[in-house]
Amino acid sequence: MNKLELQKTANEVRKGIVTAVHSAKAGHPGGSLSAADIFTYLYFEEMNIDPKDPKKADRDRFVLSKGHTAPGYYSALANRGYFPVEDLKTLRHLGSYLQGHPCMQETPGVDMSSGSLGQGISAAVGMALAAKLDGKDYRTYTLLGDGEIQEGQVWEAAMFAGARNLDNLVVIVDNNGLQIDGKIEDVCSPYPIDKKFEAFNFHVINIDGNDFDQIDAAFKEAKATKGMPTAIIAKTVKGKGVSFMENNAGWHGKAPNDEEYATAMADLEKIGAELGGAK
Amino acid sequence: MADVVKIATRESYGNALAECGKDFPELVVLDADLAGATKTGVFKKAFPDRHIDCGIAECNMTGIAAGLATCGKIPFISSFAMFAAGRNFEQVRNSIGYPHLNVKIGATHAGITVGEDGATHQCNEDVALMRTIPGMTVIVPSDDVEAKAAVRAAIEMEGPVYCRFGRAAVPVINDKPDYKFEIGKGVLLREGTDVTIVASGITVASSLEAAEKLAAEGISAEVINIHTIKPLDEEIILTSAKKTGKVVTAEEHSVIGGLGSAVCDVLCEKMPTPVLKIGMYDKFGESGPANALVAKYGLDAEGIYSKVKDFVK
Repeated sequence: MNKLELQKTANEVRKGIVTAVHSAKAGHPGGSLSAADIFTYLYFEEMNIDPKDPKKADRDRFVLSKGHTAPGYYSALANRGYFPVEDLKTLRHLGSYLQGHPCMQETPGVDMSSGSLGQGISAAVGMALAAKLDGKDYRTYTLLGDGEIQEGQVWEAAMFAGARNLDNLVVIVDNNGLQIDGKIEDVCSPYPIDKKFEAFNFHVINIDGNDFDQIDAAFKEAKATKGMPTAIIAKTVKGKGVSFMENNAGWHGKAPNDEEYATAMADLEKIGAELGGAK
Repeated sequence: MADVVKIATRESYGNALAECGKDFPELVVLDADLAGATKTGVFKKAFPDRHIDCGIAECNMTGIAAGLATCGKIPFISSFAMFAAGRNFEQVRNSIGYPHLNVKIGATHAGITVGEDGATHQCNEDVALMRTIPGMTVIVPSDDVEAKAAVRAAIEMEGPVYCRFGRAAVPVINDKPDYKFEIGKGVLLREGTDVTIVASGITVASSLEAAEKLAAEGISAEVINIHTIKPLDEEIILTSAKKTGKVVTAEEHSVIGGLGSAVCDVLCEKMPTPVLKIGMYDKFGESGPANALVAKYGLDAEGIYSKVKDFVK
């Protein structure tokens, strides 16, 4: 996909996010929207996957360590063809295969159940290790929140991945700067994030995580990096694309009401129009 | 029983892993800097490429095992019970239990027979924690023969399994030609009519010894070995309770949430029967030689004998 196609796709993913969360009357739009470009890049450009064969042997793996942003994950999977986009409206509903946090037994394309912060990265490390043990060349990606990295287990996992030179692992930190209680530096600062991963023997790339040129360059650089895992520190805007949600911690875990939903969709329609209509 | 062979079940664990390594190429063993103590070092010697030392980071080890399992490996993670089940509880629940991944947990140094290390390392709560996790199988083998059989059976079955092993050497009691291990099947070791003693782990041998002493005084005790606490063999317990009308449970674990509670869950719903629970009575352990602690807390043959005697009179 070229940049414009990725941008248009990401905009569709964002529409799916707000639609799903609005229908659920609960969920986490802020961190889903901030990471929408990364979800899009991974599933439409980077990863070796097949929506028709979600459990294909030797496919690339993805673990959403910041599992609460399931709406972003599900919307990317739906838009990629794993299941109908229409089903995003069943998010969090009783009996839905779209649970509040990712469940690998329920949802096609989900490689690992997650949601309890700090745990997904360890599972991703295990997947990367499995590939090394078996001499396979599939790659593993995991997306973490910048608040999530306050969990100690993240650094246990980082230490192991760095010590084992897992160059088939890419850790992406969605650095949108906000967590439930406010700015990450006010709650319990994890900064400098890049220096911390460097200290754990990671190759670190700092990017604007809402810019596809930089995203593309970073993942190419990660693939070319040998002998050490890569951490991409993606500076993003929480709530990206929806005017009233942007940079607002209040939209971490809240659903828009009908009026807010209409505004959000109008914002995204406008962005879509500026990009040149439907993809 | 002076010349009885004694082997710690953690030794059995390490040896069984090494034996299974040949038969199960997908078996990988993870440890957290305790390969010498948990005896996974025996496996490491035989299969160095399939032994992964995660360092002192049990929670990460658990997540790594989950990831390995999603890729077709059969990981056995090892640590002391305190860390494997205690520190790790939420990782086991959410990263292994919820996705029902094929991860096995080898928890050594369970209970007070940890001995001199004292209360911080004597886990008397692990069975309670693990059996609350949906889909988790919980096995507490009583000796070397059973521990080895349990490891193999855990690997052969699909799904998460918690296996509990001890530090101290315990008598080998199951070395009989007709011994057969089946997950979820209790073993009737001694028939009796006055009282049923349901035991697991180290208390199985001491319950047999206690039954011998009780017999000398005219008390006929039936002894059942419940090596699988979950799923529990309800039938063997109900059948025996119906016969004797009195049930004693004996375990090297808190009386809250372990074997005793599991047995009571069944009896109170299906066949209300007087029960006496023998175990750790809502107390932490302490430092001391394993056998001295077992005696102090009434988990040896003498302690079980005297409690059962009081209970049936």
